[in-house]
Amino acid sequence: MIRRFAVFLLLLALGSIFVNLLMGYVPDSELNLTARYYAEHTAQDIGAANIVTAIVITYRGLDTLGEVTVLFLTATIIGMVLSQGQKHRALQRQLPPSGELLTTGSRLLVPLILLLGAYVFLNGHLTPGGGFQGGAIIASAALLLLLTDPLRRFSHRLISVVESVSGLVFVASGVLGILYAGGFLDSRILSTGTFGALFSAGVIPVIYSFVGLKVGAEFTSMLTNLAETEQS
Amino acid sequence: MNTVMFAISVLLAVAMIGAAFITILAKRPATAMLAAGLVSLFASVLFLFMAAPDVAMTEAAIGSGLTTFLFFFVLGRVRGGRS
Repeated sequence: MIRRFAVFLLLLALGSIFVNLLMGYVPDSELNLTARYYAEHTAQDIGAANIVTAIVITYRGLDTLGEVTVLFLTATIIGMVLSQGQKHRALQRQLPPSGELLTTGSRLLVPLILLLGAYVFLNGHLTPGGGFQGGAIIASAALLLLLTDPLRRFSHRLISVVESVSGLVFVASGVLGILYAGGFLDSRILSTGTFGALFSAGVIPVIYSFVGLKVGAEFTSMLTNLAETEQS
Repeated sequence: MNTVMFAISVLLAVAMIGAAFITILAKRPATAMLAAGLVSLFASVLFLFMAAPDVAMTEAAIGSGLTTFLFFFVLGRVRGGRS
């Protein structure tokens, strides 16, 4: 009874905070200082049609590097925890077949999902989306494969090679930015090109493609580790 | 934002709250998982209305796609282990 009352009180307090926030909300009539800088300077300085991507990769590139590192650590820790003692158990039981609809559907859908993921991260500087979204889409293709056949095994070696190479390329292009452009992770080491073309915005498409591959590999390794714990 | 968009947003918000309650109160795990995915899906549509397509994409791919699939994957595993 007292616990329920405490929960109710907590909810009430949270609710009042949100109501206060909502009542005090006044939409800005114009962009604030930082947002105006990004909106005015992205097109001519970076050459990316998608301002969000220019911010994520160039203006706030260091934050993205940290984000990718956090994801990498998470994948590593999950792998470390789940791989404890998974070698000892042999396969004990036969799984039921996964059904005609799922098998045939995944055969049709997996290539298309992979294509969509690649499209999303290759066009990250032009259209909404980018490395993280594309990587998640690619990982969902791997998940679909695992749902169809839970005993399917992905090559750990391939996953870790893709992940390491992507991380190296990301950091290396950041270091090249110190040498050939304005600073760490400055994307203008290649020419900014024509505004709106696929090969434009300096090194952003390259970095975002590798971020996409890295995120996809990390999510896939998490899923694979999860899939392998129970049965092998 | 015009009136139609506003009406749809309010409808989506109400549906989101409803789906969230279903998630908490559902007896069967599968229903709760589907309802949780629905919350993310409605949220991503709302993000799209608020002119944030990048966030909407992340929410749709991770929140409603990957997480829901993962829950079902684990549910299958748990049931298989028990029987």
